[in-house]
Amino acid sequence: MHGTRILDEADRLMTVCNSCRYCEGLCAVFPAMEMRRAFSDGDLNYLANLCHGCGACYVDCQFSPPHEFNVNVPKTLAVARAESYAAYAWPQALSGAFARNGLVISVIAALSMAAFILGFAALNGTSVLFGVHTGPGAFYRLMPHNVMAALFSAAFLYAILALAMSVRAFWRDIGAPIGGRADGGSIFQAIRDAGELRYLHGGGVGCYNEDDKPTDRRKLYHHLTFYGFLFCFAATAVATLYHYLFGREAPYPWWDLPVALGTLGGIGLIIGPVGLFMAKMRRDPALLDESRYGMDVGFIAMLFLTGATGMLLLVLRETGAMGPLLALHLGAVFALFITMPYGKFVHGIYRFAALVRYAQERRTAA
Amino acid sequence: MSPTSPHRADGMSSKYDVLVIGGGNAALCAAISARRAGASVLVLEGAPKFYRGGNTRHTRNMRCAHDAATEILTGPYTEEEFREDLLRVTGGQTDEVLARHMIRESKDILNWIVEQGVRWQPSLGGTLSLGRTNSFFLGGGRAMLNALYLTAERLGVEVEYDAEVTDLVIEHGMFLAARLKRPIKGETEVRATSLVAAAGGFEANIEWLKQYWGEVADNFLIRGTPYNRGSILKMLLDKGVQEVGDPTQCHAVAIDARAPKFDGGIITRHDSVVFGIVVNKHAQRFYDEGEDIWPKRYAIWGRLVAAQPDQIAYIIFDSTVVTSFMPTLFPPIAGQTVAELAGKLELDPAALEKTITEFNAAVRFGTFDHTILDDCRTEGITPPKTHWARRIETPPYLAYPVRPGITFTYLGTRVNKEARMLMKGGKPSGNMFAAGEIMAGNVLGKGYAAGMGMTIGSVFGRIAGREAAKHARN
Repeated sequence: MHGTRILDEADRLMTVCNSCRYCEGLCAVFPAMEMRRAFSDGDLNYLANLCHGCGACYVDCQFSPPHEFNVNVPKTLAVARAESYAAYAWPQALSGAFARNGLVISVIAALSMAAFILGFAALNGTSVLFGVHTGPGAFYRLMPHNVMAALFSAAFLYAILALAMSVRAFWRDIGAPIGGRADGGSIFQAIRDAGELRYLHGGGVGCYNEDDKPTDRRKLYHHLTFYGFLFCFAATAVATLYHYLFGREAPYPWWDLPVALGTLGGIGLIIGPVGLFMAKMRRDPALLDESRYGMDVGFIAMLFLTGATGMLLLVLRETGAMGPLLALHLGAVFALFITMPYGKFVHGIYRFAALVRYAQERRTAA
Repeated sequence: MSPTSPHRADGMSSKYDVLVIGGGNAALCAAISARRAGASVLVLEGAPKFYRGGNTRHTRNMRCAHDAATEILTGPYTEEEFREDLLRVTGGQTDEVLARHMIRESKDILNWIVEQGVRWQPSLGGTLSLGRTNSFFLGGGRAMLNALYLTAERLGVEVEYDAEVTDLVIEHGMFLAARLKRPIKGETEVRATSLVAAAGGFEANIEWLKQYWGEVADNFLIRGTPYNRGSILKMLLDKGVQEVGDPTQCHAVAIDARAPKFDGGIITRHDSVVFGIVVNKHAQRFYDEGEDIWPKRYAIWGRLVAAQPDQIAYIIFDSTVVTSFMPTLFPPIAGQTVAELAGKLELDPAALEKTITEFNAAVRFGTFDHTILDDCRTEGITPPKTHWARRIETPPYLAYPVRPGITFTYLGTRVNKEARMLMKGGKPSGNMFAAGEIMAGNVLGKGYAAGMGMTIGSVFGRIAGREAAKHARN
């Protein structure tokens, strides 16, 4: 038997599915399952993170409830997936952050944003906070650039460290049977699979969300969110280069690369999360891991908040609202960074690792 | 294609061009084909929505002739080869004219069914031997059904679930109306110009099975839907439709004795017979386990087990072959010795030991290859095991208990090439058509080859719908 009740259930389902195999062509989960006849905890966590939750196998299954075999793979793997985040979290002392994740994330976000507002006010006085600042270096009248860079670098590096340690534990657990390092070809394959969300398509017909019709748009919204995030990240990276290499200080004109990238990304980060949230609200409860509602919505909200405060800052940066909006935006981004290893963000990291592993297994089997 | 409205303005009575009774592959192919031919169509599915589609829910592929390899089929399967396979499994008990017609039509079904939204996938892991002949549904039979229902609804076919038909009004071989247990739109009767009966066999009606099998039918497990009770078939036969087929003939395989009474589906089957021996409750072998390649012989084992005392048998093998076949839902029962295994199976230990010892002594070693008729065989025992015979000698010793698993029955309504039912005396019905299990006995006198049930359903469903619409228009 396994470490948890949900892994016992996942094992039962994989035994049912492995003797059926009708869903083999739908995604990566079932071919990966077929490479095994028995399932360790690591195997099940691997399969759980390989699952993209498209829902097709539930709609297609002749044994889904009310059938007595009660086969519900998307929901079972969703719960197992969420539990795996806590199981592999680094440091383990913080794994409890996943239990009431929505609350944890919102408290940290609120505290972080409040800290920036109060910090700005304490540092500069309210007249500077609400003053109109324009031209190069306007932002840094509220917070010196080096302080900003140091603070966010620290938060970012911590997030990277915690994520790396977590995924290392996951990789060991799922990689042991064949083991070894990931090869370049498998990583490239995984980048392609993740980049196009290859397995969020119900085997070609589309995904299922609210009913048995393949009308789900989550793939589109996820693309907007993910690429929005990447564009925002690129905007920050370009701005950093501008600052240190060319001595050009933010804010930049609207046509300049950091703003153009940030604007595109910001739009994605507003529309994408809203679409994902609406889809979540409409999702068939049979497919939903309701106990992780807070975690999912918390992450969606953080992304939305990051995009929305960034866009507002862009529009109102030459007014007296710039100071408070900058504080809110920096607070949101700071909270997003430090909660990354302890929230829904990790799904992308684990799923990517699972896709690398899957590509590796396919190469070994071929 | 704007069909006449089935509802009169006065709301007094409704009349459809085509009424389809049943909700599986055959019924939906008929409904779609009739609707595409311009008819107004009502589908009455007796089951609730989740269980819609009868045994189609449990299917996974269809056997269609094709002259060349396709994206998912590894090579050609000619009409002639299909015909030979059919003749072999049925022992010639088939309506040759209908069979030829079906096989010819099956070629086009490969494309037609895709046009109705069904998608294929390459043959599943563990079923390589079907990769050339059988096209697998992506996501399985329920996915196929979902696609057909979506297409039907998009085209404007009306579908009612929990719509049990209690009686058919038939006069002089003409269908007039169907009576309903539960009123639909306030009506307890549906009238239609043509009828397509596609409501399955009677395999889930144990009492009816007992009429032919006696009490042994109590030991049968029903692999598919509990809703195929044969009520429509019975009404048709009682009202003058000519019957076809031996009522004891059916598609039956050996399935795990631990499976539920109904609806256990594909995952209760066992593919391990060729890797071991099969004994009855007296620990005696009773048939050549290595007679032919498994996909060609799996369908005889249901009847073989049905003929054994208490309708139970045990597939016995040892630990060397456990990974030779697909993983099973129910784990094998294990014993470190033959006697321990016998004890767990409640068999006589001495008898099982004797059977295995004699079998092992009779094994003539050869080069094992389960994909061909290899030269591993027995000598000097009855029955022999003519291929794939290897000693059972490496503990743990393992066993699966098996019972007859009835898939569907062959007693049905006789039809002609238009899928039109024939009345007693041979006169074709004016407006009644049949497709699927309810008429499978026309093609399948006995025996079975994987995927043929779905071929019969799609081919005759499509024909029945087209002909029913043609009749309604004239």
